[in-house]
Amino acid sequence: MSNWKAPEPVNLVDLGFMDARSKLLDVAAFMDRVERAGQADDFRVKALRQAIGCLDLEQPERAKEMLLVYSDLSSEPIEKATMQGAIGTVNR
Amino acid sequence: MKYIEPHGHMVSRITDDYERMAMAGCVAICEPAFWAGFDRASSQGFFDYFRQITEYEPKRAAKFGIDHYSWLCINPKEAEDMKLAEEVMDLIPQFIDKPGVLGIGEIGLNKNSRNELAIFERHVQIAQDHGSLILIHTPHLEDKLKGTRLMLDSLRNFSGIDPARVIIDHVEEHTIDIVLDAGFWAGITLYPESKCTPHRAIDMLEGRRAESIWMNSACDWGISDPMAVPKTMQQMRKRGWSAEMIEKVAWENPCSFMRQSERFKL
Repeated sequence: MSNWKAPEPVNLVDLGFMDARSKLLDVAAFMDRVERAGQADDFRVKALRQAIGCLDLEQPERAKEMLLVYSDLSSEPIEKATMQGAIGTVNR
Repeated sequence: MKYIEPHGHMVSRITDDYERMAMAGCVAICEPAFWAGFDRASSQGFFDYFRQITEYEPKRAAKFGIDHYSWLCINPKEAEDMKLAEEVMDLIPQFIDKPGVLGIGEIGLNKNSRNELAIFERHVQIAQDHGSLILIHTPHLEDKLKGTRLMLDSLRNFSGIDPARVIIDHVEEHTIDIVLDAGFWAGITLYPESKCTPHRAIDMLEGRRAESIWMNSACDWGISDPMAVPKTMQQMRKRGWSAEMIEKVAWENPCSFMRQSERFKL
């Protein structure tokens, strides 16, 4: 049985605008930087560009959609792990 | 406000972290077995590691009034070596009945390979044989969604597994619903860059009405923050959460899950 009580309404824009503004500017500056350096064709940068497109979605599922852009959508296990780490996005 | 850190790799943390966590209200820490940052050369390394998390670390925590619990397994990063994995799993029965051991974890997948999946299923069988709780690690970043789906499919093949006794950790916005909708518990990890920020965690908690979810720092040897849970509790206050609901997430939910083990004493 859920005993959920919704939070009291607060101004989320007051709370988060400056932080979001700063992070978005950092993304913009990063994209400028890699372009100036001739590295904009890197698959990770391309994935970022596609993920940025998710900001224009109409539904409040932008974070989820962005994560799906980065995700491996295949369904079969790989034969053998050849590395231990992850890169951050699949190379489509 | 008191809270539980349900996923912290304290062997990697300095003693000052215990002190800071105690001062912030931490009453209990649960330590899943994990990767040490390098591949261990033999199962003997795991024998000593299991001794460390079941015998030594509880004493270190107790100096600060913190209860310490642990989980046992070979983590998926080292599970590609099937021979080593089998040897390590053979050690588990020696430790599984120790006082603070809650179950099998953090098992799971890393790169979603066939060997990792086979060892994951062997661990699930061990848990089933011992009637243990299960704590599951989901893969990092681009591998998370696929790994989560593979493990959910695999778990469906175990007729004796009760989803209410399994927590699937490190969920994010693209995996939380498939985990909770299947009846499992979900863990949200507050970890810089590669997992989840406090505000995203709170968004997910609100979206799912904080039901069957815990949050943890997964603090380890990497860039991570053992204070992430109390910091998120502070953000919850700023976002209008009542003390009662913060306590539900930070205390009652982890207690509810772990009290399914008779060894959890809170």
